[in-house]
Amino acid sequence: MANLLLTRLRQGKRTLPFPAAEPTLPKRFRGAPIIDDSRCPSGCKACVDVCPTDAISTNGPLTIDLGRCLFCPECSNACPDNAIQYSRQYPLATNDRDDLILGAKQPLKLAHRMAENIHRILGRSLKLRQVSAGGCNGCEADINVLNTIVFDLGRFGIQFVASPRHADGLLITGPVTMNMRLALQTTYDAIPDPKIVIAVGACAISGGPFRDHQDVLNGANNMFRVDLYIPGCPPHPFTILDGLLRLIGRIETGTGAEKSR
Amino acid sequence: MTIALPSFHNCEPIPLASVNCLPIHQFRASIISALREGSMLTALFGTPMKDGRVQLIGVLADPGTSSLSALSTEVDESYPCLTVDCPQANWFEREIAEQWQVKPQGHPWLKPIRFQAPYRSEGAAQAPVPGVTNFFAVSGDEVHEVAVGPVHAGIIEPGHFRFQCHGERVLHLEISLGYQHRGVESALVGGPGKRTIHEIETLSGDTSIGHTIAHCEAIEGLCGAAVSVRAQALRAIALELERLANHCGDLGAMAGDAGYLPTASYCGRIRGDFLNLTAEICGSRFGRGMVRPGGVLFDVDANLALELTRRLDTALKDVEDAVRLMWDAPSLQARFQDTGALTAATCAALGLVGPAARACGVERDIRQDFPSGVFRFAQIPISISDSGDVLARAWVRWLEIQRSGVFIREQLAALPAGPIRVAVGPMLPAHLIVSLTEGWRGAITHAAITDRDGRFARYKIIDPSFRNWIGLAIAMREQQISDFPLCNKSFNLSYCGHDL
Repeated sequence: MANLLLTRLRQGKRTLPFPAAEPTLPKRFRGAPIIDDSRCPSGCKACVDVCPTDAISTNGPLTIDLGRCLFCPECSNACPDNAIQYSRQYPLATNDRDDLILGAKQPLKLAHRMAENIHRILGRSLKLRQVSAGGCNGCEADINVLNTIVFDLGRFGIQFVASPRHADGLLITGPVTMNMRLALQTTYDAIPDPKIVIAVGACAISGGPFRDHQDVLNGANNMFRVDLYIPGCPPHPFTILDGLLRLIGRIETGTGAEKSR
Repeated sequence: MTIALPSFHNCEPIPLASVNCLPIHQFRASIISALREGSMLTALFGTPMKDGRVQLIGVLADPGTSSLSALSTEVDESYPCLTVDCPQANWFEREIAEQWQVKPQGHPWLKPIRFQAPYRSEGAAQAPVPGVTNFFAVSGDEVHEVAVGPVHAGIIEPGHFRFQCHGERVLHLEISLGYQHRGVESALVGGPGKRTIHEIETLSGDTSIGHTIAHCEAIEGLCGAAVSVRAQALRAIALELERLANHCGDLGAMAGDAGYLPTASYCGRIRGDFLNLTAEICGSRFGRGMVRPGGVLFDVDANLALELTRRLDTALKDVEDAVRLMWDAPSLQARFQDTGALTAATCAALGLVGPAARACGVERDIRQDFPSGVFRFAQIPISISDSGDVLARAWVRWLEIQRSGVFIREQLAALPAGPIRVAVGPMLPAHLIVSLTEGWRGAITHAAITDRDGRFARYKIIDPSFRNWIGLAIAMREQQISDFPLCNKSFNLSYCGHDL
């Protein structure tokens, strides 16, 4: 018993004061890319040629589709002119699929609070049913981690529940395999209205590394209307948490330095 | 009668022409006798032939001599199965039947493992409906069936579990997977391409480093690329960090399933500390972007090495603190002891790998038996227990945490000089290579066959979960159904790594 208490004392309080304070991320963390296509020599397609998911377009100004992006180092390493560099910006979630397309003059439109009529019902206590439909366990692990003492998701009124009947929404990971299509649809149908759908990770948004395989559906929005897109491969836990908090209005864009309530 | 087979090493390419093509009865006899003498069936898979038939390739691993051998046979519609003589072949032969529509005759348990469309078919290939198969059923008074999944209660991958129970007692558990099938193997044919390494990194997301090392060592072997010792050391550091994070998380999860919350809560947090160390090296908590053919993409300079060592020491002290609580709690040990026990004989017959095998006293560890990379120079003592139950699986993990911790410290303190990446040339045409890596779940096998142009004609991936799911099913026999979560955590197998 003494040991138990001593250990408790030694382990200390480890919950991070997010969103009141900004998190400390690894120095080499790859967040939102910074694009400077004024540096691009004409005709150069070095980044396009190496991008594994064809997320980069140079038809017109250089853009990166963060819904496809794996945040891998390939494009920034291949670019001879530093036109693409990763920043450590971790807030990345958007409400619309098109808002994930990033350009030099096209900043991310970060997610806003869910519609007032739905927020009135769900916003103070959001219960989510998670379904992995071909996810590699990366996204799943970094969602699970939100339940640890470091993030303590419960303090925001957000909870992952076992039964879809108890859920306000569906959080989907994975490219949606053909073999999970029916189970995913059944889970969705079992959630009472109004319900929201959240797609986490490149797979759930666009198919990720498995895009266009005949065994996958290229993401959740081929089945449902998606209310929140959280990009990454996998997204950092803070990227996921930030997205969820934006959706329930606990973090708002444009109020000071992304001031939290 | 058995045939002498040419032997080769882990990651050593051999010409396809040197693989003995035997008549089926000799193929069977050679495998059966090699397994009897202590070899392991590392791989058994089909590959297409020009005339529409299928070539079966078997790879045997003899830990006594650290050598591999390969043999092949040609089949069309059916052949006499191996499973009845060597249960290790069970899952492999079910896979062959599913992928190639070749029937292993006499197989006692022939049904789909992934519910995927066959690679070889007449007419349009149709995938069977997932989860619809002839499940084994027990009949009798008061026998009941419990079906769980594919969608489970937590944030976890999908799979279907069907228990045959008498009261609380589980007579039999059947595990039916395939829900995560993304078609990775067929996408790799013709590669490597620009997406290949990313498909390997996400084969099983918690084993990104293990699978990318197995893959890159296969490519480097086929290209004859000499990766620097520095890059090998950095890969090994990443591999052992991956082991630390997962073992730490597993110990916490096992404590949690036994209702012991302090260890569960602390280990959940400390697991993240290990993941964050990997992120300090390569920017990703799961090691994405770290390992590439020819070496690694991220270096560790002297300052970072010091910083990593300091944080590693703190995390190791924290995990020791958290896990010691668990070993000091008799009620927890009572819960772990004799739950889900497997014998060494069962383990050997089924061909289990990793901590699940070492917990049965079976000394089996690729880092020792078939070392590649820096493990040829720096050995990690093999971690063994013998009771084969949940307690032993927890104990082996705890030993491995300590030993991997020591190993990483040593490597960080004496990183060899050299480039972190070298160029890789074209791959040898018409060769076979087998690459083995000891991931945190156990032996990862990648077997690649190149075509005439030096591209992948076949790329076979065997995640340790592919071998160990049957171990979980057998461990559940004669247990209480309430033991399932704990047994399941003690194996903690990958669904997507199995389903590919």
